[in-house]
Amino acid sequence: MTNIKERSDEIAANFSVFDDWLDKYNYIIEIGKSLPVFEDAKKSPSNLISGCQSQVWITAEYRDGQIFFAGDSDALITKGIASILIQVLSGASPNEIINCDMSFIDRIGLREHLSPTRANGLNGMIKQMKLYAIAFKSKHETII
Amino acid sequence: MKPELQDIRSQFPILNREVNGKKLIYFDNGATTQKPIGVIDAESQYYKELNSNVHRGVHFLSTQSTIAFENARKSVQQFINARSENEIIFTKGTTESINLVAQSFTSLLQKGDNIIVSRMEHHSNIVPWQLACKGRGLELRVAEITSDGLLDLQQLASIIDDRTKLIGIAHISNVLGTINPIKEIVAMAHSNNIPVLVDGAQSVAHLKIDVEDLDCDFFAFSAHKMYGSMGVGVLYGKEKWLEKMPPYQGGGEMIKNVSFDGTTFNELPFKFEAGTPNVAGTIALSEAIRFMQAIGIENIGKCEHELTNYALAKLTDMGNINLFGPIQNRSSVISFLLQNIHPYDAGTLLDKMGIALRTGTHCAEPLMKFFGINGTMRISFAAYNSIEEIDYFLESLHKVKQIFE
Repeated sequence: MTNIKERSDEIAANFSVFDDWLDKYNYIIEIGKSLPVFEDAKKSPSNLISGCQSQVWITAEYRDGQIFFAGDSDALITKGIASILIQVLSGASPNEIINCDMSFIDRIGLREHLSPTRANGLNGMIKQMKLYAIAFKSKHETII
Repeated sequence: MKPELQDIRSQFPILNREVNGKKLIYFDNGATTQKPIGVIDAESQYYKELNSNVHRGVHFLSTQSTIAFENARKSVQQFINARSENEIIFTKGTTESINLVAQSFTSLLQKGDNIIVSRMEHHSNIVPWQLACKGRGLELRVAEITSDGLLDLQQLASIIDDRTKLIGIAHISNVLGTINPIKEIVAMAHSNNIPVLVDGAQSVAHLKIDVEDLDCDFFAFSAHKMYGSMGVGVLYGKEKWLEKMPPYQGGGEMIKNVSFDGTTFNELPFKFEAGTPNVAGTIALSEAIRFMQAIGIENIGKCEHELTNYALAKLTDMGNINLFGPIQNRSSVISFLLQNIHPYDAGTLLDKMGIALRTGTHCAEPLMKFFGINGTMRISFAAYNSIEEIDYFLESLHKVKQIFE
C-alpha cells in the first residue's frame, strides 16, 4: 500500500511527460473518466461543494482507520481534478489527510486552479476532504 | 469620420500582450473593458502632478484638483445630457449607485408598498432591493420575460398597482444582450406616477445615452465598463427625487454643519458623496468619455453590431449550439452553450488558447433558473474587437468541440 506522498509523486511523474497544455488537459479528462460511477442519489445538495462554476460532489467513507472518497462533476476538467484528489487521498488515515502537503498540484502544473478566482472547486474539494478527515478523526479516533 | 480599427487598438497597451503564449483575444468586455492610454495616463498624471484632496483646501493643488474633479462632473452631465450637474452623483460603481437609491429612496415609502424589478436583472439590481424591502416591509415584484429573452410588457403592466413605488430595469441585459424599451416602460410607469431606475452598466459604452430623452428618473453606470477606471460610478437622478431623498452615507463632504444637537446636510450633489472620492479615477472618466466621443458612440455601436451579427451567424452555422437572447435589436453580448460541453470546460481550454471570455451564471441566477441552466459561455465586444478575432475564436471553439467529442 502506497502513501499520499508516493501516490502524488506518481501522478506528478505521469504529468511530467506532457509539455503541451492540450495533452495535459486531455489526460486530466481521461483520469476523470476512470472514476467509478457515482450514483445520482448521491448527487445531493449536502454532497455538493459550494463555490464552483461546475457542480462537484464528494462523499467519504471511513473503514478500518482509512478514508475512501468518491466523487463526480458535471464538468469533465473538474471531474478529472476531483479524480486526481480522490486517487491521492483515498486510503489514507485522517491524520495523514489533515496534515498532507498538497504541493504536488503545483508540480502537476495545476497551480492556476488553486487561485480563488478560478472557482473550479479545487480549493473547495481539498477543504471538504480535510473536513471529512477531521470529522472522522473526532468520531472514531478521539480517546474519551 | 470613424478612425481605423488599428488606430483604436493601438491606444490599448494591454492588447499587445500574450496570454498563455497566445495573442490575447479579449471578449469579456461585459465584465470590464480595457483602458486606452489616455485614461491610464490621466490616472497617473493626477498622482504625479495634482494629488490633493478635493473641496476642502485653499491651497493651489486642492483647488486644481477640485476644478478637475468638477470638470469631470460637467463632462458626465453633458455626456448623458442631464439637465444639471446637481443630478450627477459620483459613486464607486453601478452597484453602489443602485444601493444608494435602494436605501435612500425606499426610506420615503410605507410598509406594504412595492418595487418591481425584472427577471433579467444582474444581482446588483435585485439584492439591494431585497435588502431594502426586507428592512422596510416592502414587497419586491418580478417583471417576467418571454422565452426569447424579451421583457413581457403585458405582464409588467399587470403587476403595477397603486402601491408600486419604483421600477428598476436593466437598459441592456448582461446575459441576453436584450435592449429593453426604456422609453415605453418609463411612459407606462409615469402614467402611474412611478419613477424608473435604469441600470445602464451594459448600455453606457454601446448606446448614446440621453437621460432627458429616456426620461428615466435614475440612471446608474460604471466607468470601468466604458473604458474608464474601476471604482468609479455615476448615479444620475432627477433633481426632484434627489432633493427629497435623505443622505445614504454620513461623513465628511456631505454636511453643511455638524453639531451634537443636529447636523445639516450639504447641497446636491455633495449630499450623497460622503468621504474622499476616487478623484484620479473620476478625472480619468472624462478621458474615457473623450475617447468614446472621438470615435463617435454611434460608430462604436455600429461596429459592435456588425461583429455581433457576424458572430451570431457563424455560431448558428456551427450547429449543436444553444444561443440565448433575442435575434434582433440586441447588444454585443452573446450567451451560448455548446451541446454536451460544460461551459467551464470550454472556457478553461479557450483561456489556454488566449481567449478571455466569461463562463458561469453572470450574476443573474434568477435568469439562469428561468432557462433551466447552470450557466452559459458569454462573449461581449468593445470598440477594439475585430472580425479576425472572432474568426480565431470560432476556430478555437471548433477545436474545443473536437477535444470533447
